[in-house]
Amino acid sequence: MTESTYRIQGATGEWEVVIGLEVHAQVTSNAKLFSGASTAFGAEPNTQVSLVDAAMPGMLPVLNRECIRQAVRTGMAIDAQINKWSRFDRKNYFYADLPQGYQISQLYHPLVGEGSIDIEVDDATKTIGVERIHVEQDAGKLMHDQHPTRSYVDLNRSGVALMEIVSRPDMRSPAEAGAYLRKLRSILRYVGSCDGNMEEGSMRADVNVSVRKPGDELGTRTETKNVNSVRFVMAAIEHEANRQIDVLEAGGRIVQETRLYDPDTGTTRSMRSKEDAHDYRYFPDPDLLPLELDDAFLDECRASLPELPGAKRARYLSQGITPYNAGVLTAEVETARWFDALLEAGAAPVQASNWVASELFGALNRLGKDIEQSPVSPSQAAELLGLVADGTLSGSLAKQVFEIMLETRDDPSKIVEERGLKQTSDTGAIEAEIAKVMAANPDKVADYRGGKDKLFGFFVGQTMKAMQGKANPQVVNELLKKTLG
Amino acid sequence: MSVDTATVKRIASLARIAITDAEAERLAPELGNILGWIEQLGEVDTASVEPMTAVIPNTLRLRDDVVTDGDVRDAVLANAPQAEHGFFAVPKVIE
Amino acid sequence: MTHVTDLGVAAIRDGVRAGTFSAREVAEAFSARVAGAAALNAFLVQTPDHALAAADAADKARAAGEAPKPLAGVPIGMKDLFCTKGVASTAASHILEGFTPPYESAVSQKLWDAGAGMLGKLNMDQFAMGSSNETSAFGNVISPWRRNDGGNAPLAPGGSSGGSSAAIAARLCPAATGTDTGGSIRQPAAFTGIAGIKPTYGRCSRWGVVAFASSLDQAGPMARDVRDCAIMLEAMAGFDPRDATSLDLEVPQWEAGLSSDFKGKKVGIPKEYRVENMPAEIEALWQQGVDWLKDAGAEIVEVSLPHTRYALPAYYIIAPAEASSNLARYDGVRYGLRDLPEGANLQEMYAATRAAGFGDEVKRRIMIGTYVLSAGYYDAYYTQAQKVRTLIARDFEAVWARCDVLLTPTAPSAAFALGEKNADPLAMYLNDVFTVPSSLAGLPAMSVPGGLDAAGLPLGLQIIGKPLDEQSVLNAGLAIEQRAGFTARPEAWW
Ligand SMILES: [Mg+2]
Ligand SMILES: [Zn+2]
Repeated sequence: MTESTYRIQGATGEWEVVIGLEVHAQVTSNAKLFSGASTAFGAEPNTQVSLVDAAMPGMLPVLNRECIRQAVRTGMAIDAQINKWSRFDRKNYFYADLPQGYQISQLYHPLVGEGSIDIEVDDATKTIGVERIHVEQDAGKLMHDQHPTRSYVDLNRSGVALMEIVSRPDMRSPAEAGAYLRKLRSILRYVGSCDGNMEEGSMRADVNVSVRKPGDELGTRTETKNVNSVRFVMAAIEHEANRQIDVLEAGGRIVQETRLYDPDTGTTRSMRSKEDAHDYRYFPDPDLLPLELDDAFLDECRASLPELPGAKRARYLSQGITPYNAGVLTAEVETARWFDALLEAGAAPVQASNWVASELFGALNRLGKDIEQSPVSPSQAAELLGLVADGTLSGSLAKQVFEIMLETRDDPSKIVEERGLKQTSDTGAIEAEIAKVMAANPDKVADYRGGKDKLFGFFVGQTMKAMQGKANPQVVNELLKKTLG
Repeated sequence: MSVDTATVKRIASLARIAITDAEAERLAPELGNILGWIEQLGEVDTASVEPMTAVIPNTLRLRDDVVTDGDVRDAVLANAPQAEHGFFAVPKVIE
Repeated sequence: MTHVTDLGVAAIRDGVRAGTFSAREVAEAFSARVAGAAALNAFLVQTPDHALAAADAADKARAAGEAPKPLAGVPIGMKDLFCTKGVASTAASHILEGFTPPYESAVSQKLWDAGAGMLGKLNMDQFAMGSSNETSAFGNVISPWRRNDGGNAPLAPGGSSGGSSAAIAARLCPAATGTDTGGSIRQPAAFTGIAGIKPTYGRCSRWGVVAFASSLDQAGPMARDVRDCAIMLEAMAGFDPRDATSLDLEVPQWEAGLSSDFKGKKVGIPKEYRVENMPAEIEALWQQGVDWLKDAGAEIVEVSLPHTRYALPAYYIIAPAEASSNLARYDGVRYGLRDLPEGANLQEMYAATRAAGFGDEVKRRIMIGTYVLSAGYYDAYYTQAQKVRTLIARDFEAVWARCDVLLTPTAPSAAFALGEKNADPLAMYLNDVFTVPSSLAGLPAMSVPGGLDAAGLPLGLQIIGKPLDEQSVLNAGLAIEQRAGFTARPEAWW
């Protein structure tokens, strides 16, 4: 492990930035955490609200098993301690998006304890501690722009299950924070516990930032709430660190406060509306009993975990795949899933990884499609790579066939068959063409034989061209060497 | 136990109950009295005692992840002091 | 000649089944009594149509030869803490004025499913906070009882289920629902000479009941005698998946299990309930109760519940703490009262609404609850109270090794006059001294009338049982009831 060397140069010297992230990730579930209302995104206002979500008098919460299962699986995916005994607490505060007047959350006994996430920054691995993951209710939504003097309340999100994933203050640069968020998002998507869709608010980060002179005690931190993209998180850290340094160097002190990031200006500002909300009067929710998990439940959670990015990466490396390709192939769960299907269909790992990283990604990029929309299926790709491996197709023929596959979605064997794109190793035919090429270029033959070795490529090219690209390049090479002498 | 009016006002503000100075003055000794009486609990040695979690042995049941509710907007909004365009309306909030 | 309104639940049920009278006659007679008793202020809403519709359904089913439902033909009163679909439900607070629930509470639905009809919604202490019914936003309930001193001092019917107790004592309904958080079924039952049982915590669903203190609130029946309580409780109890604290257990056949034979059973007398300044009449009644149970065959054992004196202060931390949070939802946004002073922002609207909507006692408890949960005080108050609660529950567990039920007085005094204890909240809280410990431990407990004091006012005896053993509680109640021969009833002055 290496220590970050990221420093901000101030008037009084170098400053180190200390960063912790609290990520709110929406748990993938059909129904809400404590009610049977739907969690689907984008519905008409207040249509996905039960009387429980609207906190009608006498309404009571009943816990959704799937939300607990997903949070436990997430905990297992980061090697965290799973607490078989946990419970829900009420966090009390008044706000229009919080119908109960409290959020059901977990303060004293969270579901998931200590874990960690490895990130790669500048080719080095760093371990970021995760303090806890707890499960809690999301709030509703307030709209401020629909009426001149009123705000409107939509409770569709009210009560949707969130995991709050709290990191240790282990990050030291915007890049590390970005890498952590990307890695966390990747893990959540592998596990299937959160769709990671930041635009729809499925993942938001509260960014805790403080600065200090290297080696000093931790400084006072600020918390910038609800930042909703990796880029904004990095920008918010950079701005907030610089702001704090300016304050400190001007002889001021940092106030522990809640701030808001403004993506339009790239700056953070103090959030007055939350100022008096600091005494949350947490206490165990008396409507709910302690949550006790048995071994069978935990075993099922563990058994249902997929191979995670770290393990997958190690497996790819052991199969001879380059670290770069292994990184690219494991970053997104869809890519890894596609690639594993390709291996499953019999493709050789190294060739397959190179082909996916260059040919397939290049084509998808051009087409503006992601891997799940690839016109070529893993089994078709395996077939194509097989035709290269057994010499049926040369590299350039394979490229041609692939282009046709992208257009027609046909199997490569069919394309080869119908269009006669098969590579030939027929020495007689090749020798005949070589003879013609040599006869047409007597001066070049003489030059080559006189020592101009570089001309060999010219003869290869001419012969291949005469063969319409179908000749086996290895055979062409051998025959040319023999004939030219 | 004595509770001053500043404390009463802080608590009332946390509880979102508007009170006048006169009410705060009336409430201060009253709350002080009750809290003083409550404080006799401090006498009890509870060093090795777990706080009560469930009075009758019972474990938390979990619900299946099935949509069984919602789509009752009219019922949700029916009692609202002010509902407009399918929303609850409140005085404008500036964040 | 007996009038149908003099009959209890069992007699009405049996009479309707036998065709002695029709369910409609019963519903009409009680509705008329309700309409004629405005002076008691027991009902906040009258719903004769509901009662009549249930009665007609019962009569029709009988005519068609269908098997009768358990409560067919029985009209009852519903404490206003239960949300009733399409019928205003206010918990006797201004803050819920105008609230008409689009849903029916689990317990009231079970009663309707059992064939009962609703005569109306019963007045109560606001949000069930009080022991005299004086905290209702809609005026005191006045007990139908009067002292025999010739004075007309209006008396408290007890609380918080004071509308329920007054209505039953005045024969406005044969039975009613109550809820009990720290004694709110048992104390008003004792004050008005009727019976009432709080079952084991978790027996009756809390779904649709306006919450006061979630870990303590339990619904239960109030009626004139033990059998009627058993019949009602059978209809009210039962598992509800919508309440996470609901017990997933079969409902016992309590009525069929009634027996006043106490041979081989042991009755514990907790010595800590012999409190200072207890009126001699209550001491005497307690001793009388001991003798009655001995007569029923029971062996009497003296037992100790050493943490009893800490129950009340623990309760007055836990209940207000839970209440301060449970009542946060009354904010003027989704239902009920909204007070929006000119130019007020959201938070000012909350504060104005809650100041205008909550009564003094509710505010006091919200303030106490907020205080004990606030930063720096949580462990000293709330955590300590929950630890003491553990000790109180352990005390009870320990005595169950030595006895089957406990016998105590229900309240430390007979009904007091309205206004008598208003000045000092603490004096009012002390009313619950005998009922609160069993509430904290979630135990079944009931009050049955034992006799009258010198002023001619009813006094109650309390029986506390083991968890889930409502049957022994009811049986001890029956043994006392049979021997006490309590027949006194208030003379109609209203
Ligand atoms: Mg946070
Ligand atoms: Zn959170």
